[in-house]
This record gives sequence, C-alpha cells and structure tokens, in this order.
Amino acid sequence: MRQTLKIDDMRYLATGAWILGTGGGGSPYVPQLTMRAFCEKGGSVDLIDPQDLGDDDLVAVVSTMGAPLVFVERMTDPDFAMKPLRLMEAYLGRRFSAVMAIEVGGANSFQPLLIAAATGLPVVDADAMGRAYPMLQMTSFAIADLVNFPQVVADVRDNETLIGRAESWTWMEQIRRKICVEFGSIATTCQAPRTGAEIKAHAIHGTISKAIGLGREVFRARAVHGDVIDAIIEETGANALFAGKVVDVQRRTEGGYLRGTVRIQGMGEDRDSTLEVAFQNEFTVAWRDGEVLVTTPDLICILETENGEAVGTESLRYGQRVSVLALPAPAIHRTPKGLQHVGPRAFGHDLDFKTVFPLQGDVQ
Amino acid sequence: MSRIGLDVGGTNTDAVFFHNDRVVAALKTPTTADVFGGVEKALSTVLEKAEAALGRPQRDTVEAVIIGTTHFTNAVIERRHLDKVAAVRIGLPANAGTPPFIDWPDDIRDVVRSQIHMVAGGHEFDGRRIAALDRERLGKIAREIDAAGLRAVAITSVFSPLDAGDEEEARDILSREAPDLDITLSHELGRIGLLERENVALLNASLRGLARKTTDAFRRAIAESGLTAPLYLSQNDGTIIREAAASRFPVYCFASGPTNSMRGAAFLSGLRDAIVVDVGGTTSDIGCLRGGFPREANAAVEVGGVRTLFRMPDLLAIGLGGGTIIADEGARIGPQSVGYRLLGEGRVFGGQTLTATDIAVASGRIRLGEADRLADLSPDVVDRAARNMAAIIADGVDRMKTEAAAQPLVAVGGGSFLVPADIPGISEVIRVEHADVANAVGAAIAQIGGEVDQIFVEQPREQALAEAQAEAVRRAVEAGADPDTIDVLEIEDIPLSYMPGNALRVRVRVVGDSLRRASAAAA
Repeated sequence: MRQTLKIDDMRYLATGAWILGTGGGGSPYVPQLTMRAFCEKGGSVDLIDPQDLGDDDLVAVVSTMGAPLVFVERMTDPDFAMKPLRLMEAYLGRRFSAVMAIEVGGANSFQPLLIAAATGLPVVDADAMGRAYPMLQMTSFAIADLVNFPQVVADVRDNETLIGRAESWTWMEQIRRKICVEFGSIATTCQAPRTGAEIKAHAIHGTISKAIGLGREVFRARAVHGDVIDAIIEETGANALFAGKVVDVQRRTEGGYLRGTVRIQGMGEDRDSTLEVAFQNEFTVAWRDGEVLVTTPDLICILETENGEAVGTESLRYGQRVSVLALPAPAIHRTPKGLQHVGPRAFGHDLDFKTVFPLQGDVQ
Repeated sequence: MSRIGLDVGGTNTDAVFFHNDRVVAALKTPTTADVFGGVEKALSTVLEKAEAALGRPQRDTVEAVIIGTTHFTNAVIERRHLDKVAAVRIGLPANAGTPPFIDWPDDIRDVVRSQIHMVAGGHEFDGRRIAALDRERLGKIAREIDAAGLRAVAITSVFSPLDAGDEEEARDILSREAPDLDITLSHELGRIGLLERENVALLNASLRGLARKTTDAFRRAIAESGLTAPLYLSQNDGTIIREAAASRFPVYCFASGPTNSMRGAAFLSGLRDAIVVDVGGTTSDIGCLRGGFPREANAAVEVGGVRTLFRMPDLLAIGLGGGTIIADEGARIGPQSVGYRLLGEGRVFGGQTLTATDIAVASGRIRLGEADRLADLSPDVVDRAARNMAAIIADGVDRMKTEAAAQPLVAVGGGSFLVPADIPGISEVIRVEHADVANAVGAAIAQIGGEVDQIFVEQPREQALAEAQAEAVRRAVEAGADPDTIDVLEIEDIPLSYMPGNALRVRVRVVGDSLRRASAAAA
C-alpha cells in the first residue's frame, strides 16, 4: 500500500514523532519547515508499506546523529542529509530504491523525507526502534544480529568517512561516535544497507503512520480544547506517571551525547512528591521520591501539560509545567534479548527493567 | 514616597499616582499620535490630581516613573515603524539551508528584510571553530550595507552564547568600515537556539530606531512636567528596566501591557489565583493568574508571527471590546470596532454606530453618555446582543480555564462593564476600584529583578548554583526588592567543556516586590 504524504501530515508527524522520541531525536521544527516548503511548491512524498518492498530492493537507513543540544545551533538540511547516501551508493556501486528512518523520534523521523524530497525515492513506513534511542546496538537490526557494516558518517564540511567493517554493533557505535564528536557532535549517516527481505523481517513496521496518527489526534484534541494529555493516553495506551514543575536540569554534552537528569516537583495530586528522570539523549529511568518507577524500554515521555507538546532533553528548562507519561514498548524490546540491548543496564544503570504495564510472558 | 505608573496603549494612555501603596489619583486619556504630547498631558494631569487629593506638592516625592508601552509590540504586529535590517549570520558551512528570516510571515519579512549575508566562522559547543572567521568578507559586507544606506544590523554566530568572540569581532570590523551602523548582537539577547535567538536580534535591530524616539519622548515629557524622577520601562516578566537599556533592547518590553494588567488585577483584587478579563476598545485579553503572576505560555512564543524563546503570559485575545460594532439586530457581534472613535461614534455619545457599550448602557449594566439616545432600540435586539456578547466571553473563559473547579474572575480594563455577572465555571465576577487603569497600576507596582550570568570554575555544581542564586538575590535586594518576596524565575547552567577545570556557566534571574510596597502592605 502506498500513500502520499501531504503538507498537513508534516505537522502531524512532527508532533507525533516528537512525543515518540522520548526526549531525543532532535526538535522536528526545522525539517518540518523544509518539508512544508517543499509541499507548498507542489511536492509530495510517497510512503510505502514494508511488505511492498521486493526482497532484493536496497533500502538506505539514515539519520542525523549527535547531541541534541548541538542540533538547535547546527541544523540538518537536505544537502547535508544527502551526503552520506551518495558516498554509500558510490561505494556499493548500486542505487537505493527506498529510504527509511533509523528511529521515528523527533527530527530523525524526517531524515528520510528530506532525502525523498531531494531524490523522489519512496519512504518505508517503518523504523528500527519504534521510538528514539541513542545507540546503534539498540536497533531491531542489532537485536536480530544482522550485519552492521558498512556505514558512512558525514560532516557538514568536506569530510566524509566510510567505516568498512566493525567487529560488532557496539564497536561500530564506538568508532562512529568518535568521528561524530570530531565533527562537532553532529553528523549525518547512512547505515548498513538493508535488503527488502531484512526490512520485512526485522524493522518495526507502521511507525511513521503511527506517529502521524498520534499527531493528528493531538491536533484534534487541541482544536476542540480537550485535554490533550488524556487524548494522548487514549491514543497510545499510555500510563500517566506524574505532573509537576521542572525545578532542576543538569545537562552536559559529552562523548557525543547529551547526558543529565531533570528533577520535577509534583503539583496537584503529586504535590508531595519529586520525580527524577535520567537521560542520555533520550529519557531512560524515572525515580519517584528515590524509588525506581519505570525504566527503558517503556517509553518515558515528558510533555507540556497545557498543550501536550513534547519537551526534548535539550529544551527542558526551569519552571516548565510538564506531564510525564509512559508508553508501552515495542514487543521486541521486552524480550530477554531485546532487554540486553535496550534495558537500563545498556545505559549504565545497574537496575532491572521496571515496567508500568502488565507483563505478558514476554519478560522474565 | 510615590511612583507614577503609566500604560501607553494604542488607544488610551492610563496613569496612576501611587502614594504609600495606595492609588491616590488615576486617569485615562486618549493616546496621541505624537507620543510626547499624550504622555506629558497624562503626567501633569495625574500629578495635579494627586496634589489636590493629598493637599501638598508632590513633584519631589516621586521616586520613579514607570511606563509600560505596547508601542514595540504593536509596531511588530502592525508591521509599522520598523527599520530594514541587514542580517549577518556567521557559521558557514553549517546551516546553509536555513537562512535568516526563515519561517517569518511574508508581510513582516518584506518590511524588515534587506540584505542577508552568510559567512564562514562560528563555534562548536566545545569551543573549537566551525571554520575560520571570514574577516575579509565581513569588510566587504560592511561596505555593501553602507552603500545601500542601511543602518540596522543584526549579527548572529553559531554557539555565540558559549563564545561571543566572533559576533564581537564582526561588530568591530563592521563598525570600523561603517561607523554609523547600529548593531545588535544575538548573544546579548538570547540563549542557545540559533533561529529563535537570531529572530529576536533581527526584531530588536528593526525596533531600535523607534525605541530611541519613543524613550526620548518619554524622557522629555517627564522633564516637561517638572519631574526629576528616573524613567523605567516595564518588561514582559513584570520587572523594570532603565530607560537606557530599554532603548538598546526594546524587545524586552514586548507584552509588558498584558503582564501589567494581570499583575494590576491581582493587586487591586487581592487575589493570587483567578481568571482575568481585560476589556479594551477592540479586543479583550483573557489570562490566568497563578500565585499572583500570569500563567506563562509554555511553547515557543510568537510575536507578530515570528518565533522567539521569550517567556510571555498565556493570553487569549477575543474580538469583543467597548467599541465592537453590533449588527444584524444583535445577531452579529464585531469583529469590527469603532476603537478609539467610540466617544464620537457610539450611540450614547451622539454617534450613529451601535456598539457593545451602547448595549451595556441599554441593558442597565452601566450609566454612560446619554441613555435617551437608545430609546428606539428594541428590547429584543438589546437582549439578543447581550446574550451573544456574554456567550463570546464565556467561550473565551472556558478555553483559558484549565481546572474543572469554579474560579473567581477579575474584570478590568476600560470596558470591564461588558463582563456579565454570571459566567459558567466562574464562582464570582469581581469588580474593583480603578479596574479601568489596572495596567497602569501593574506598571507602578512592577517588581525588581536581579540577574547573574557568570562562569564558575572548579566548584561543585550545587555550590555554583547556590552562589549564583545568592548573588542574584543580593543584587535584587540592593536594587530595592524585599528579600521575603523573592521568587526564582530562571536557573540555567551549561557546562563549558572547552574550558579547563569543570567550568560551568550559570544564569539565574530572580524577582521580588519593591521593599516599600511590601512593607506598606504589611502595615
């Protein structure tokens, strides 16, 4: 099934993907502007179902990587997004037939759209995370032990690197992260090329249209002055964790990531409590009054209470009124193998996975 | 000791004379096309009234004249009195696809945009360079700007809040080549977030000419009325800024009018949590008071359609004011308004146009003008119009309320009589003395701020934050704030990973009530 994305879908995708980004993926504001301008001039983007790919089709998996605080000073445009794709095609001696986002979070959900606008390639309605995560080894392809190379990492200057081989997904991440830091903690990437068969078997399907649907629901709730947070809970099956005011943000850009914690003083029913949330580009663990409340891979989302707009880890600030929600994780992340890749230990927290959703036999 | 608060709006200039924390004189006069005349008249009249009320000369007791003005916001919204700006962006090859003025509405972009220059330079977050600053190109740019007869320039460099060196050097190069340029640097106005910071710098550059003229007229008006008190302008966060700073950074005065009217409503009603409806001549603003302050808009705030990172009160403007035109036998309410011509065109004032004010007079909500002139009006029309007006206000109030429980509502502004007594979800409609000049009251009671923006080295974060906050409080208290009323508005810290010794840039802003006002309230 092929659908055409139009100008309103850009707004919905920006809002929905920013929520699913769990604080990461970068603000979709600028790529959304670029895509709206493209649509206003009559352009459109084709979104195709993974099942419509031929098994031998070659799919480019693309992203902007780095630290979200850098993204608000140094932005990605179509030329920058295209650089690694061109080098990868030259290396492979083959052209791609479709393009896909590595993560359906924030600005990165727009990365394949920027390339589609420049090339006319269709975008696959899928990603490799079902949300945003900071590291390669957290993709569904890594969990499925697919091949991790080659990978291209490009700078906005005239520097483009191709990593021909890496011993593991973790090694690939370490190598490319060093390069990314050298480039200013922002780089565009074209990851290990995937075949249509691999996308069908191992990508997380339908996530772009899911993000668009979520965004559309948020706009609908705002238009009727409904409670946007309730609408998001209804649409996603989320669990309301906490509501309050940001009283402290500790943030540092290091090793190519944005790391830190945010402290939220409760308001209303939560007035006697404090919530602390750790992040590494994305939110990873939340503690309520010192007790672990929820951990990755449950999606921890911080939203502006008044209008349901997601708050990125780079845009948290003192005094913001926010609501914290947990959304259920994709099934693959809750398997024992999945948890090795994306559970709290993968982020350096010596904790077991703690979910606010019923265990369904998928987690030990 | 006394203060004079003024609100210079698009339609009216309101003034209050505050003496020992009481309003002893208040007035409302039409804003004149020449700013000086209207302000001078308002100042001398309110001074005379205060002297009559207190029975002794007051000129020398006035410690401050505080003016809130919508001039700068209105200039942006109406796209008038704005200077053409040359934009200089430093940071190539980064951000080539997102040039200055991106995402500005066409009409204001056409008015403000002149030359756009993008040059190599700028910094990374860790202090390294993106590219060498293209000094030669900057020299050429200066000559191009000068040759086009432009004066207003805004310079924005990537990561300038962390390293302002390139913006400062670019300013020096431009000034050397063209000494008459009036240059705004983005790092003086904004934080991390390139496009929003640049937008604010562009707006500021565009407003500086108007700001100089306006503050100059204010200052002359003060001198003309025989006062020696210093001039302050009120800012969008409810604090005040010295005139000299306001003329350099007029963007800080955006939205001070609504902030003042909400703070004035809180003061006059004694309420800290309420809905406030401020009814003007053409529109009304609806906002929420939380703890005595306006609830802030959370998301990126747009001024005249231009995205910024300012903190602004969350307001809903509805198309109903005292001069709103009533048509179709009361079925159609506005949005057209006779505005400031109400006193000539409204029916009760001898004119021919049926307005919202006429309906309020006809339904007995207020006595104004000559009610006889409405004798031919059918009761059905009055009733229908009154119901429709009430429905517009009720709808707006409902949209701004975020709590299910009934809340009190404070009605202020020149047309506050339009607010009906019964509104769904409202426990009580509160009407206060001096409601019509609540914004001038808000200006008079403006708070005192204290700010610290400092780099700390070799100190634990907690200690650096605590020290910065203590210093901000000390500065506010030194400037006259009551230490018991101080609130933290903002704390932000950014590690400067390019500097040795765990360097941390800490920025803290606090505000407090002025000490005299606080002690008078206690007494």
